[in-house]
Order: sequence, then C-alpha cells, then structure tokens
Amino acid sequence: MSGGLQTVPDSRGHFGIFGGRFVPETLIPALEELEQEYRRAQNDAEFQREFHFYLHHYVGRPTPITFAERLSEWLGGARIYLKREDLCHTGAHKINNTLGQILLAKRMGKRRIIAETGAGQHGVATATVCARFGFQCEVYMGEEDVHRQALNVFRMKLLGAKVIPVMSGTRTLKDATSEAIRDWVTNVRTTHYIIGSVVGPHPYPMIVRDFQSVIGQESREQMIEMTGRLPDVVVACVGGGSNAMGIFYPFLEDSVRLIGVEAAGRGLDTKEHAATLATGRPGVLHGAASYLLQDEAGQVMPTHSISAGLDYPGVGPEHSYLKDTGRAEYVTATDEEALEALQALARMEGIIAALETAHAVAHAIKMAPAMPKDSSILINLSGRGDKDVDIVSRALGGRL
Amino acid sequence: MSRIAERFALLRETDEGALVVFLTAGDPNPVLTERLILTVADAGADIIEVGIPFSDPLADGPTIQASTFRALQHGVTPDAVLDMIARVRSESAVPLVVMTYFNPVWQMGLECFAEHASEAGVDGVIMTDMPPDEAEEWHAVAHQHGLDTIFLIAPTSTTERMRLVAEMSSGFVYCVSRTGVTGARDDLPEEVPQMLEAMRKLTTLPLCVGFGISRPEHVLAVCGIADGAVVGSAVVSLIAQQAEQGEQALLESVHSFVHVLKRATRRGD
Repeated sequence: MSGGLQTVPDSRGHFGIFGGRFVPETLIPALEELEQEYRRAQNDAEFQREFHFYLHHYVGRPTPITFAERLSEWLGGARIYLKREDLCHTGAHKINNTLGQILLAKRMGKRRIIAETGAGQHGVATATVCARFGFQCEVYMGEEDVHRQALNVFRMKLLGAKVIPVMSGTRTLKDATSEAIRDWVTNVRTTHYIIGSVVGPHPYPMIVRDFQSVIGQESREQMIEMTGRLPDVVVACVGGGSNAMGIFYPFLEDSVRLIGVEAAGRGLDTKEHAATLATGRPGVLHGAASYLLQDEAGQVMPTHSISAGLDYPGVGPEHSYLKDTGRAEYVTATDEEALEALQALARMEGIIAALETAHAVAHAIKMAPAMPKDSSILINLSGRGDKDVDIVSRALGGRL
Repeated sequence: MSRIAERFALLRETDEGALVVFLTAGDPNPVLTERLILTVADAGADIIEVGIPFSDPLADGPTIQASTFRALQHGVTPDAVLDMIARVRSESAVPLVVMTYFNPVWQMGLECFAEHASEAGVDGVIMTDMPPDEAEEWHAVAHQHGLDTIFLIAPTSTTERMRLVAEMSSGFVYCVSRTGVTGARDDLPEEVPQMLEAMRKLTTLPLCVGFGISRPEHVLAVCGIADGAVVGSAVVSLIAQQAEQGEQALLESVHSFVHVLKRATRRGD
C-alpha cells in the first residue's frame, strides 16, 4: 500500500478528479473559514481534549466489538466481528461527527445550526448536540422521509429542533440537502451547516471523515487486543459513506480488504436502486465531484432503497477515489437481502440492526462461508434498527 | 470585440444601463421559449440569459426551481437548448448567455459544449456552482472558442476573491445582490453599493447586479450605480402566470413588462 492515500485531499480539497468546491460564490468564504478553523482545532490540544471528553462521557465511546459467535458458526467460514456503533448515544455513528462539528461551530461563534437528514439519524444526532450545547437547530427532511421515519421526526422535536419538510423534487435526502444548502446560502453569516456524511464541498468530506475515523482507530486496537491481529476484511454500508469512511480510514495502509456495500434496492437491472459507485459515473452534485446516478444529459436520477439513509444518488468523493485507485471494493445488496440479514442477525445475535447497516451484514453473510475458519470479517454495525421496525414489519407483511 | 462588449460600449454612448433578462429554456415549452427570447430581445433586453435546466438547482429559489421542473418534464436537454439558440441567432443579434450548473456541461464534455455553444452563437456562459477556483480548464476551453466566462461575486466575497473573479471573468461580472437564492424581493439590500465600489477598484469590466431585482424601480436604482440589472424570477413568474392565457397574450404581457424594465435603464430620462 502506497503512502499516497494519506495525502488526500490536496490543498484545494481534491481527491484525484473528485471532491472540490462546486457551490455558489456566496458560500466560498464560509468554507474557507470552516477549513481554517478546523485546521486550528486539529492542532489545538484543548479542542481535542474536549472532543474526546464528550466522546467518552456523552457518546459512550469506546464502543465495544462483539464476536458474532452463532452467526459465524452458522455460516461455517470466517469469524464475524461487529463494531458496535449502534451502542452510541442516539443509536448510530452519526453523533461522532455532529459532536465534532458543534464544537467547531462554538469556536466560530455561529449559534444557529442547520442539517439535512434522510433516515433521521443524522437529524437526531444534530438535534441532540444542539440541545446539549444550547444551539438553535433546524433540520431539513424530505416529505417522503418525514412519513417513512415518523419516529425520528418526533425524537427531533422532543429534542427542541424544528423539522422542515421539503416538498421539492423527489422529496427525499437529495432534496433535503439542496434545501439545506439554500438555507445556508441565505443565512451563512450566522449559521453553521452540519453535513451528515462525507459529501459536500471541501472541507466537509475531510472533516466528517476525520471525526468518524475514531471508529476505525478503536477497531484496529480492539481487534489486535481480541484476536492478536487485524481483520482480513472490513465491511460497511455506503450511502454518502460516513460510517464506511470512518472505519476504512485507519486501515488504509494495512493489508486489509475494505468493502463498501451499496443499496441495490429492487435490483441493479431495475432503475430502482441507489448503487452509485456500482453503476454511476463521475458528476457534480451538492458541491463536489463524485460518482453520481444521472442520465445521459447529466440530470440526477431518482433512487430507491428500503433504507432511507442509503437512498441517495451521490456518494463521498473519497469513496469515488478509493474505487478508482482500487484500494477499496464496492459491492451491492438488495432490499430483500438486507431484510434477510437483519432477521438473521436479530435471531442469532440478539441485535436488531438499522436497515442501512443490514446491507453490510448481508454482504458478510455472502462472503463468509467461502473464507477459511481462521480468517475474520469486521462489520461496522453503524446503527440500531428501532427506527426501522415499522418498515420491516410492513415489508415482511406478517411473515414472521 | 465580443457581442457583449459591443453592447456595453453602445450603452455607454447612450448613457443607459444594460437590461439582462433570464429565461428558463423549455418553460412553458421548448417552442414557446424560442419565441419568448425573440420577444424579450424585441422589447429591448440588452442581454438574454438562457437557462439550461438542471435537476438540482441549488442556487435557485422556488420560482426558478418550478420553471426548471416544468422544462425537464418536456425533456429539454443541453443539446436541444443549444440548437434552439442557433435558431434564435439566425434571427437576432442580441447577446446571448447560457446560464446553468456545472454538471450538464461536464457531462457533455467541456470541449464539446464550448464548441457546440460557440457554433450556436452563444456569447458567454455562467455556471452558478462553479467558482473561479475550479474553472481553470473551463476558462481555457471557453476562450479558445470565443466564449465569455462570467463569474459571480457575492456580498460575502473578500477582496482576494473579488480579485480572482476579476482575473477570470470576461464580458461582465455578475454581482449577487444578497446572500440567498434567486427570487423576486421587495427591496434592494443596502450593501450593494459597497460591493460594487470594491469591485470597481479591481476591474474595468461592466458590473451587473442580479438576485431579487423584480421591478422597474429596482432596475432604475441598480442602473444608477451599476452597468446593468439582471431580472430573472419576475419574468419567469410572469410567464408561469400567463402561460394559460394563450401564446399571443403571453408574448404581449412579457413584451410590455420587459419594455417597462428597459425604460428604467435609461439614465437620462
């Protein structure tokens, strides 16, 4: 593995041909300010101490690694380990990033926070840190997702946030993100935009990756401690790709296979999927160049996934880069496979995973039987499934 | 000299500001857009910005989002818009600027887009989500094909950024009047004169102010301090309102609105 990966993004936020800053001029000074503040914070021991203090005492880190003993036995191949991000406060990895960004907003003196959300996990994580640190919080959410994820909408409201339903376009995460950017263009002087994934204009993909990389750092040490060595494979689901980037990043220089799993929805042969890296081509959406699901003329295509968090036509620029350099592999799992994996994990390990996460579990289930018994797969168990119980019960139609 | 530069030279002689009008190509339908462009030119617009619709217009407010959506429903593509511009060009010498987002241009290929646009008779290109920092290659390609590259400054732009925009721009500089998205507003922000003054020190290019300019009195005020005013959402929303009234009525109302706007650019009056 070459050392080159650690040098991306370059000073202009480019990961090879991906990344960059494709936003209206109005936002560029705010992005420059954010980048400068972030670089100062990175070198500020007090900031790092505060971030890690709250990661420990508020988020509940380090999260454990669980050996999935019965699942591994059933599959009869590689030993499967689960990095338990579902045990983070608010039930998913999203809070690692929102905590870091709220501390940055505090340093920049911006008291109003906006965010976009798909499944609602990032919205809840943003509303949570806003409540904890006393910030005003408004969350944009596609009207379709407001219905699909009613429980998370109510959680955000309980936490004191305002949830703004977005009625434009496909009324999902893509349009919620566009609307959040429009708000930011308008209120940029007083507002910090907490992007929830490794997407958007530079420096967001870098900042979100760095805050989430605590997942991979802990995993590396824990796997060595538990098994005496690194895992052979790390698997994570990819929508925008923040949990995947967070667990991949500290393993980039190791000889560990990194596999991202995208949503194949109703199948790659239909148009109803969200498999951006598998079937898209380079384009620009929401401020960065990355793989993109688009038509011939460059219009962004509607997507489908049973999991709202993966239902997005773009993907992080660094994943696009890792795909092209070959350092990471990207595969897909269908709605059906995710539902089966969710049930298998629930029955054999007593863990109900989020539908997003279930895509990663599905791929591990596919590959483990063919691997030697002394090998290991580490799955980033990025979130818990309470929010999805309704959708799962409807999808299974009482087949339990 | 480009058509845009020629037009500004002419306007200086007659002591007028430029009236720049934006239309979304394909709204209310592709055939009418062609006639609307000619009508707007005939009513006195000095420069016409033709919007190539993009599915995710993040710098646009509800009015232009809706027109974009209608245009895409008609299946309008960047190629079709450039072909339409070529037909307009055969009937009019009005300066024509394409306004769009980066992705449709990137997908066609910068070289291919510039060549096609230039052959069609396009004079300049604005891409709302492409700041000059990302535009090195585009700048070279566009100038090879004789296209003006128009970049934007905003009230948040620092002197350093204004300098970069000045270096990379040709034709004119688009000065965004406020922090926000496109859309008609009631008032003009107070910070505009300050922004123009700062930019004047860095460039001799004409400065046109847009975003929220919707009434003749706004155009009058803007032309007192800038070289031109851009009216977009107000025209687009008039088109949306009148589209049901039949083609003739639509063209007449747009003609008379643009005519009144143009009158407000004449400083001597």
